[in-house]
This record gives sequence, structure tokens and C-alpha cells, in this order.
Amino acid sequence: MATAAAHQTARTHGHAGQQGGAGSDEAYQRVFDATVAADERIEPRDWMPDAYRATLVRQIAQHAHSEIIGMQPEANWITRAPSLRRKAILMAKVQDEAGHGLYLYSAAETLGASRDDLLDKLHTGRQKYSSIFNYPTLTWADVGAIGWLVDGAAITNQVPLCRCSYGPYARAMVRVCKEESFHQRQGYELLLALSRGTPEQHAMAQDAVDRWWWPSLMMFGPPDDESAHSAQSMAWKIKRHSNDELRRRFVDICVPQAESLGLTLPDPDLRWNEEQGHYDFGPIDWTEFKEVLKGNGPCNEQRITQRTQAHDEGAWVREAAAAYAAKHSPRTEVEQA
Amino acid sequence: MTHEAPAPTAAHTTGATHTAAALALGDDALVLSHRLGEWMGHAPVLEEEVALGNIALDLLGQARILLSMAGDEDELAYLREERAFRNVQLVEQPNGDFAHTIVRQLYFSTYQHLLYDRLATGRSPFAGLAAKAVKEVAYHRDHAEQWALRLGDGTEASHERMRRACTALWRFTGELFRPVDGLHVDPAGLEAAWLESVGGILGRAGLTLPEGPRTGAWTAGAGREGLHTESFGRMLAEMQHLHRSHPGATW
Repeated sequence: MATAAAHQTARTHGHAGQQGGAGSDEAYQRVFDATVAADERIEPRDWMPDAYRATLVRQIAQHAHSEIIGMQPEANWITRAPSLRRKAILMAKVQDEAGHGLYLYSAAETLGASRDDLLDKLHTGRQKYSSIFNYPTLTWADVGAIGWLVDGAAITNQVPLCRCSYGPYARAMVRVCKEESFHQRQGYELLLALSRGTPEQHAMAQDAVDRWWWPSLMMFGPPDDESAHSAQSMAWKIKRHSNDELRRRFVDICVPQAESLGLTLPDPDLRWNEEQGHYDFGPIDWTEFKEVLKGNGPCNEQRITQRTQAHDEGAWVREAAAAYAAKHSPRTEVEQA
Repeated sequence: MTHEAPAPTAAHTTGATHTAAALALGDDALVLSHRLGEWMGHAPVLEEEVALGNIALDLLGQARILLSMAGDEDELAYLREERAFRNVQLVEQPNGDFAHTIVRQLYFSTYQHLLYDRLATGRSPFAGLAAKAVKEVAYHRDHAEQWALRLGDGTEASHERMRRACTALWRFTGELFRPVDGLHVDPAGLEAAWLESVGGILGRAGLTLPEGPRTGAWTAGAGREGLHTESFGRMLAEMQHLHRSHPGATW
């Protein structure tokens, strides 16, 4: 669907694209630059620089992988959810994440990548997923903390992507963000119920926030002066704001929310800066961040093992579906007739 | 709050017959939903994460309505012991491989579709629920049928897995057609249609209906009387432990 819409947009904009026939790469580059400068969308059949295409494939694929791996820490609690209402909400959420993964793989496929190849890169560690999902969900309250903080950070990152220069990605983000903000509110509400519950429930909620706060801040990526791809991505309008800018925005949103939850954030340096109109916060442990990215976080091994196991154990099912399709495709039936 | 079973009402209790039926049907949906929930994050393709999750959610929705007809949904789900659950043994069977899950879905959704279809047209307290749920269940049945065809008529390996799954779960199908207290429909009357439907699908998949027994002391099961298979207790231990660890808490 995204592709059909995309073609239409490309034509309406009258881009030079390959279908134009004449013209050099320089001419194409000029049209591309003008499209980006005018805040219009690049669509799948438009010409684009190879590096733009490669950056987008990498980013969208890693985003898709994060949705798929991100199912695991939450699915870990589906069978233990403490009420049927919460169980239904959690199941719906994990199902949505699988759906987000599917949208995003489709968006990546409009750039010429294949889902099978991208999954293979995930399984063999050649592409990454968000470092946050390498942390374990140790109590029920972690499900709430993930909703409030992890989904909250994801939304802060993703809302600007709804205006990303690449059309299919921007449109996928519109759909994803709607569902994510719903999940985020549900996570907040889960924590609120715990915070106002028994002393044990309140302690469970506080402990979860203590464990998820810093990893959530790391979701915005390295500080601006160490972020390798940032400048180019901002020039291409794939990215709209710097890592540090988004991180600060997120902290500003979370502090009053934590207060209304009746929970504290585990940062003694956190205080309002009158002059800047923002909260100042303590230093992030970038050594931990780098270790998790390198594969040495608490669950890296477990997450990839479960993913590859599901894939490997499902091979016979996919083979059966392919064999059945080959036997029953209209073409085969005509040949057999 | 007591950890005693909140008394699944015996059929002869005054005015409580529909409660017994609500528990039976509600437990079927609750337990199967739980088993399908165990697949999440483990499915063979991403589309199946979505499909199995979707079916699990539909069933959980049905369970919540049915259990609420019988009492408090959470008390009933989380505070009853194994012996007080009234689901058929088929739905509590472990997921096994994907073929086992699909055959369990095929056997059960065909039964549930026939039952809800009948209940939807009657005037029992279940008519409203059945009228809504029969649409969901038609989708579940279609999903199971499509996979039964693909696995049965796919590769040699998938065919063999299907054959084994059909046989292994066959012994639990007789129980589906035993009477349910308080239900205005006698499931026995659904058996011929069930055999025809399941037999037809398996036939198209290159498989046949298994031949083993499906009734009798050691075959049909007696889940409706609270006699379950061994893996069920472990499933409940996982499902109930958090709720039971915080008596009186709200979530």
C-alpha cells in the first residue's frame, strides 16, 4: 500500500527520477536536494544518493529489529500478568509490536532490501537493535516502566521521524506513533496503580523505575559530539533534532510525570535550571552503554538466541508453506492441466 | 481472600445452572488463550506472532465475559485450584510444535464454531456472547484450516508432523461432545458435523481422521469434572503465582 501511494506522490511532484530518462547524476542530485530542502518527500522510485539509501536501510532495519526483539522482555510477563485486564493489554501490545516490525520491514523493502536478508543480518549480529532490550524484565512493574519510559523515549525519538524526508518511513512512523502513545499511557497507568497500591506494589514500581531510568536515557544514542551519523542524517532530514536535544526534552517531560506517579527518579543531580528552562541531570554511564552495544549487556546473548531459535525451529513451517504455494499456485495448476 | 476454590457451582444449585456452563466455556477460552500467549516471541514467522496473538486476545475477551457471568473474573482465574477448573483437556495440552498447536486449534475452533453458531440462535444467556464470538471463531477456524492444508500438503516432514499431531490430540476430542451442565445445547448433537468438517479438511490436506479411541476412562478425559492432565497444574502455577503473592491487591 505504501508503495502504491508512494508512486503517486512521486508523479505528482514531477521528480526527475529514473523514469525521466535523460539527465546525469548531478541533475538528479539537484532535484533530490531541492526536494529535501522544500521539505517534500523522497519516494521509492525517486533517485536518491546511494549513501542516503544505505543509511535509511540501516536505520529502518534496526528500527524493525528493535520492535521484534522488543517483544521478548514484555512477552516474558504475558503468562504471569496479575489480572485478565492487564493480560489482555499486554498481549495486544506485544501483538502491535510484531505489526510495527512488519510495517518497518515493508518500508525497508521499498529501498530494495529484502526482509529475509535483514533478518539474517539481525540473527548473525551484522545489524543491531535498540540496546534497551538487552535489559531483563525482573518484576511485573518492569512492564509498566517499559511502557512509560522506554515507549516514552521511543515516541520522543519517533515523532520527529513522522516528518522524515523518506515518505514510506515517515508514513510508517505516523501509524507506529499513534499506537506507541497508547502503550505509553497504559504503562504509566500500570505504574500509577502499583504506586497507589500496597507498600509492596509501590516498592516494586520504584525498583523498576530505578532500573529502567538510565537505560532509557541511553536510548537517544551517544552525546552529540560522539555521534557519527548525526550531521549527515540531519542534512538529509532523516533526523530533525540532535540526540542531546531529544534526551533533554524527554527528561523535561518525565520529571513532572514521575512526581504525579509518586515515584522518584534515581538521579541526585536532577534539578531545574531556571536560566536554561530545562532540567539538568547527572552523567550517563557511557561505558555501560558501549558494553551493551558491543554485546555484553545482561540479555544480548539470550535475546538473539531466542530469536534465532524461533526462526530455526520455524524453518519447516516456512518450507511447508512455500511447498504448498508452489503446488497450488494458479500457474502450476495450469501447467498440470 | 480464601484460596479455596470459589465453588464452581453444581448444576443442581438453584438458579446457578448457567453459571456452571459459563465456567466451562469460559475456562476453555481462558486456558487456550494462555497457551497461545506462550507462543509470543517464538512463532515461526512474524505474521504468526500477529495471528496467534490475535486469536489469544479474542479468546481472552470471550473468557472475561463468560467468567464475569459466573462471578469475579480475576478471582475465578487466579484463585481456583486445578481441580476446580472446568475446561476440556484438549485446550490445556502443551503447545508442542507448530503442527500440534494448529491441530489443537483445528479440533477446538471447529467445535467452538459449531457450538457458538447454535448458541447464537437460541435464547439462552449465552446468545449475545455467542453471536459476537462466532465471527471471531470463524476466523480462528479459517486460520487453522489454512495451516492444516499447508502443513499436511506441504513437505514430507510437515506432513509427518501433522499426522503425529492429529493422532496425539485425537484422544482428547471425545470430551468435546459430552453434555455441559446448564447449556441449552447438547454438544453430542454437534459431533456429526464436527467429524465431517474436520475429516473434510484433513482429507484435503492428504491426511485422514485418526482411528484411536476418543471416549472411555483413559481417553476422553474429564476436564469438565475438574480432572486434568499433568501439565495443567504447572501452567496454573505460572499463571497464578503473582496474583496469589499479593493477596487483596488490585492491579
